[in-house]
Amino acid sequence: MATITFQEIAHRYHQSKHKDAGFVVNNLSQCWQDGGAYALLGPSGCGKTTLLNIISGLVKPTAGKVLFDEIDVTDLSPQQRNIAQVFQFPVVYDTLTVAANLAFPLRNRGLVKTEIDSRVQSVLAILGLEEIANLKARSLNADDKQKISLGRGLVRTDVKAILFDEPLTVIDPHLKWELRTELKRIHQQFQHTMIYVTHDQTEALTFADQVMVMYEGAIVQVGTPQELFEKPQHTFVGKFIGSPGMNILPCAVDGSVAVVDGNTIDLQQDYELNRTGLEIGIRPEHITLSNDRGIAVQVTAVEDVGKHIVVRTKLGDHNVNIIVREGVAIPENPRIWFDPSKLNLFQNSYLLGVT
Amino acid sequence: MKTANNKAWFMVLPVLLLVAINAIIPLMTVVNYSVQDTFGNNEFYWVGTEWFQEILKSERFHNALGRTLLFSTLILAIEIPLGIVIALAMPKRGPGVSICLVLMALPLLIPWNVVGTIWQVFGRVDIGLLGHGLASIGIDYNYTQDTLDAWLTLIIMDVWHWTSLVVLLCYSGLVAIPEVYYQAARIDGASRWAVFRYIQLPKIKRVLLIAVLLRFMDSFMIYTEPFVVTGGGPGNSTTFLSIDLVQMALGQFDLGPAAAMSLIYFLIILLLCWVFYTVMTSYDVDSSSGRSGGRQ
Repeated sequence: MATITFQEIAHRYHQSKHKDAGFVVNNLSQCWQDGGAYALLGPSGCGKTTLLNIISGLVKPTAGKVLFDEIDVTDLSPQQRNIAQVFQFPVVYDTLTVAANLAFPLRNRGLVKTEIDSRVQSVLAILGLEEIANLKARSLNADDKQKISLGRGLVRTDVKAILFDEPLTVIDPHLKWELRTELKRIHQQFQHTMIYVTHDQTEALTFADQVMVMYEGAIVQVGTPQELFEKPQHTFVGKFIGSPGMNILPCAVDGSVAVVDGNTIDLQQDYELNRTGLEIGIRPEHITLSNDRGIAVQVTAVEDVGKHIVVRTKLGDHNVNIIVREGVAIPENPRIWFDPSKLNLFQNSYLLGVT
Repeated sequence: MKTANNKAWFMVLPVLLLVAINAIIPLMTVVNYSVQDTFGNNEFYWVGTEWFQEILKSERFHNALGRTLLFSTLILAIEIPLGIVIALAMPKRGPGVSICLVLMALPLLIPWNVVGTIWQVFGRVDIGLLGHGLASIGIDYNYTQDTLDAWLTLIIMDVWHWTSLVVLLCYSGLVAIPEVYYQAARIDGASRWAVFRYIQLPKIKRVLLIAVLLRFMDSFMIYTEPFVVTGGGPGNSTTFLSIDLVQMALGQFDLGPAAAMSLIYFLIILLLCWVFYTVMTSYDVDSSSGRSGGRQ
């Protein structure tokens, strides 16, 4: 196991005429601590998979260095780096049995048979595959195939890290929970460094201690699920995390008052004057809808999502989503009030500190 | 409901008619000839299975069948592995792909008798590039007189002509393998051989089956090329079943024995194709019925 460090990693797949164009991962420096459970969260096409492939060595970065415990591994092959990786779609060796599939990476490394057998047996037990151990892998369903892919990573006890590239995409919803819990348990038991790529925030937030949010080739925030929810460092994080995401409204600030479309909002904090590119952000959970308090809005839609109601409203030209408890009547002349303690102020998309 | 069902039969009538004219009537004509004898004047006598017994006992048939089986075996043993190796070596992307594909497809576009003529001339000792070239460096080569030379010429010709088909089929199978399999193999530290044995070979198995069947049937029925190049000689050394059959039917006009031989020929091909198919797909049956393959 190892601490993985990126030093100013940049990568592009195609040479571009412009010196700085076409980068999928851009000037990224990051550290993954030994034994941590990390999630890499971001929309499709933001460079998550590229980043993962750079760690495992499937992709050699255009620039920068990859270090494992201070040792430069940038030029090493995946095999030399000793990384396990589970892909989005299950990869099994069709003609081999389940047990032989699990033994495959060990046999390639020339381990003795008794050692291979005992490790395969223990992984079969962990994943609950003992009963089908002697079946040919091709006859299995996607769930079991993905378990095998996972098992081929777990069977190597000396791996530096296990990387997951959206591994639960093809898994049945009810089994997703089960496997995710299983992964967490495996992590606690073996303390492997695990990096889990996903675009599903629930998966990321339940799996990881530390969630890294990626956006356009850069990691915009690293933090616990709570930090990401309450103090998003970037408007993208605010919008991406939560359902619906954070309301972001362009505003002007005058002292401790924000002005949105001529309506004033109390910030209860003084911000420096003369700033431009300001936006105010508030979670739908932290807005109170009532008849008499705050700014008048127009309700455009009411969606009952089961555990609560999402009220979609217009404040001038801006959309504001509000989460209301089940059973609360929508007021006739709705007004919204922002909880000042939950307000975030962004400048040029990045969170502003308090002055 | 009932009337509608009856009318439906008229819809399949054209197809039935076509198949009848195409296949059933000619085949039944052959069956008809095979159980009768004639002395001309359109007079036929019932002889039962006599022709079949005669053919099956005849040494001429045994020899021709043996030669044909040997030829097909050699062709499959050379073309299938060679085709796989070439397909593996071909580029998977980039400008080289189209160049390789065109080069590979070229021999397949040449008519069979032209292929025969090309090699007939190519191998001639007096004017052929190959024959004369070999003679000038002191190698005793003459496909019209030496049995081994005749066989070598036919086999090399067929390999030149048909390996491309195996290559193209295997190549289509190989490019269909998702990149993630190769990535997983790299993560698992698989060797080049392990990648071939456990990823590529299983994935191209189905197209390989088609390649084997096609090459077997074609080589087992080969007629035009050996007819043009060697004419079945020297002696009878390259007289395959097809050449023998044509000699019997058209050369000697022995319709009865020729018809019996055609049917036997046909049944042998059918039987061998079934054997190939069963053997090559037996693995699938094995796995879907959940039987253990044991640890490798």
